[in-house]
Amino acid sequence: MSARDSILARIRTARGAGAAATEAERAAVEARIAARTPGTRQAVAFELVPRFIEQCERMASTVDRVATDADVPAAVARYLQDKDLPRQAAAWPAIAALDWTATGVQVEGRPARGDDLVGITGVHLAVAETGTLMLLSSPTTHATTSLLPETHIAIVPTARIVRAMEEAWVQTRSELGELPRAVNFVSGPSRTADIEGILQIGAHGPFRVHVIVVG
Amino acid sequence: MSAPVSGTTNKPKEGYQSIHFKTRAHDRLNDAKVQRAMRNFNLAAARTRGIVDLENFEDIRTAAAAIRDRSLAHLDVWLERFEREATRRGTVVHWAESHDDINRIVIEIAQRTGVRKVIKSKSMVSEESHLNAALEGAGLKVVETDLGEYIVQLAGETPSHIIAPAIHKTRDDVADLFHDHHGTPRKTDPRELTMEARKFLREHFLTGEMGITGANFLIAETGSTLIVTNEGNGRMTTTMPRIHVAITGIEKVLGTLEDAACILRLLTRSATGQSISNYLTFNTGPKRDGDADGPEEMHVIIVDGGRSRLLGTDMQEALRCIRCGACMNHCPVYQNIGGHAYGWVYPGPIGSVLTPNYIGIENAIDLPNAATLCNQCGVVCPVKIPLPDLMRKLREKQVDRGLRPWQERVGLKVWAWMAKRPAAYALFTRIAARIGRRMGGAQGLIHKLPGNGWTEGRDIAAPEGKTFRELYAQRRRS
Repeated sequence: MSARDSILARIRTARGAGAAATEAERAAVEARIAARTPGTRQAVAFELVPRFIEQCERMASTVDRVATDADVPAAVARYLQDKDLPRQAAAWPAIAALDWTATGVQVEGRPARGDDLVGITGVHLAVAETGTLMLLSSPTTHATTSLLPETHIAIVPTARIVRAMEEAWVQTRSELGELPRAVNFVSGPSRTADIEGILQIGAHGPFRVHVIVVG
Repeated sequence: MSAPVSGTTNKPKEGYQSIHFKTRAHDRLNDAKVQRAMRNFNLAAARTRGIVDLENFEDIRTAAAAIRDRSLAHLDVWLERFEREATRRGTVVHWAESHDDINRIVIEIAQRTGVRKVIKSKSMVSEESHLNAALEGAGLKVVETDLGEYIVQLAGETPSHIIAPAIHKTRDDVADLFHDHHGTPRKTDPRELTMEARKFLREHFLTGEMGITGANFLIAETGSTLIVTNEGNGRMTTTMPRIHVAITGIEKVLGTLEDAACILRLLTRSATGQSISNYLTFNTGPKRDGDADGPEEMHVIIVDGGRSRLLGTDMQEALRCIRCGACMNHCPVYQNIGGHAYGWVYPGPIGSVLTPNYIGIENAIDLPNAATLCNQCGVVCPVKIPLPDLMRKLREKQVDRGLRPWQERVGLKVWAWMAKRPAAYALFTRIAARIGRRMGGAQGLIHKLPGNGWTEGRDIAAPEGKTFRELYAQRRRS
């Protein structure tokens, strides 16, 4: 008997069930999945955009807000200048396609490399409850852009902000059907407290997460 | 195939350090460095601050416990569902009966794919199987990338906490380790040390060929693994190398993404007080067509390693555990002796329950007794595991199996004999109360009881001289 079969058999014996899973058992599991019952969660009501911004800041992200997509390049340039960061970035292709000419920021639409200092992404969705960016991997939304550079700038349209992770899953299922290879929920810059329990912002991932809310 | 067998012998097995708990705890209590490091341990206070914004924390605890129970009640069906979905999405699912199986499977994958360098994100299950040593034995280079795990690896030690692996180290220890291993000028500032680790580990992230992670959960609905991290090394490990291997226990399956959403509200709050962890990474299969990043192969190893032995028994609730560490963070015993005293992978109250169950009750005889049963652990556990009850049940099992020392067994027999004979009991307690009073002297404290280790570290209050029954009879007469 394979390891798989003997483990499953042992589990079934332990719970006093027959030798193999029955159709009824499988159907019960499928029904449970299909129901996708949301778990218990916070009852308090909140407005999506203010809550998102407040929680981003709680997680040590910085936040800016602009009116339209056309305002994004200038907001990025302003941030890079304020923080004295290089005016050069790897970005998702859709972001790189914005008009950057007036800003003096050189934006390349390609995956990030180990030596890129700034990465600019959009989001699939953003979660107001926790100030979280939801990023999906795909050929045009590279996972490395939000990971390798020291600074991650994320562009978040207000229309993409949802209440909680539950809403994010419902919307993702309806928009995509299936999950991509990687779904990353990012809440602020990377951190560690592994030396004497003292919090350090900036570990292996970005040191800074700057969120530009659009709309 | 060898099925895990729960202690058929009363003789402890060579090699398990958990049998030496008393010596190990004693050593740590007398180790000034460990004691100094443990004073930095502040996760209990962080949790207290972290849960205040969830006004219905208790309701969510109840819901989370129910979610975990639902997985365990039909565990095999959920695991099959996970396997089917993960396979459909291109993940290779492996099953490991024993710890040796884990190591064998990983080495086979590494050899087949020509891997020489392995980078690891945190995986406690891999600690169970001593995976690093096995991989090194097979000629592979292994680099731990969680900062705490990296420190512990450089020191040639094991983690002393499940989420803060190097909490027993001071900044001076880390300074020495980095200076010795990196050949850089010695520095003690935690910020500079963290930046130095980032620099040295970044090189490994870019050149590692296989990434090994744990999985906080498996999602049956989507066939995904979930890892919960703060540093970003978990994302690196699942994004950069061409092979990703996730290792986790059979009990870690959840039904749906909604189940995960509910439990995640409790996990990081209970662990570090954060409302959410910096990174939640759901991985579903290898790189897709056109993807610029991600591994070419994804493997999941589902491990039994003694877990199925708890199912259907009075120990099953322990399998709800979501590995937040709150029980150890609040344990007065853990806070004083640190994790290494426990001698196996999982320390603190949950370790005192899991260790005897996973490796055999006779190999961890002191662990369920290393508790005051104060129930701090039970109160803070996000999935309501009744840890003191489980430790008490393990103590009962030790008695049933005849594993307690002969003095204790004889003593209990004598006590039981007297307890059934009121006249003998009254006479004995009258004599004992009077002797005790005399032993207590002017202070009313007994410093040493004959043949009893209990008074080695503390005094016992002496009896006043009369038994309760005598006083009761006296009062009724007056």
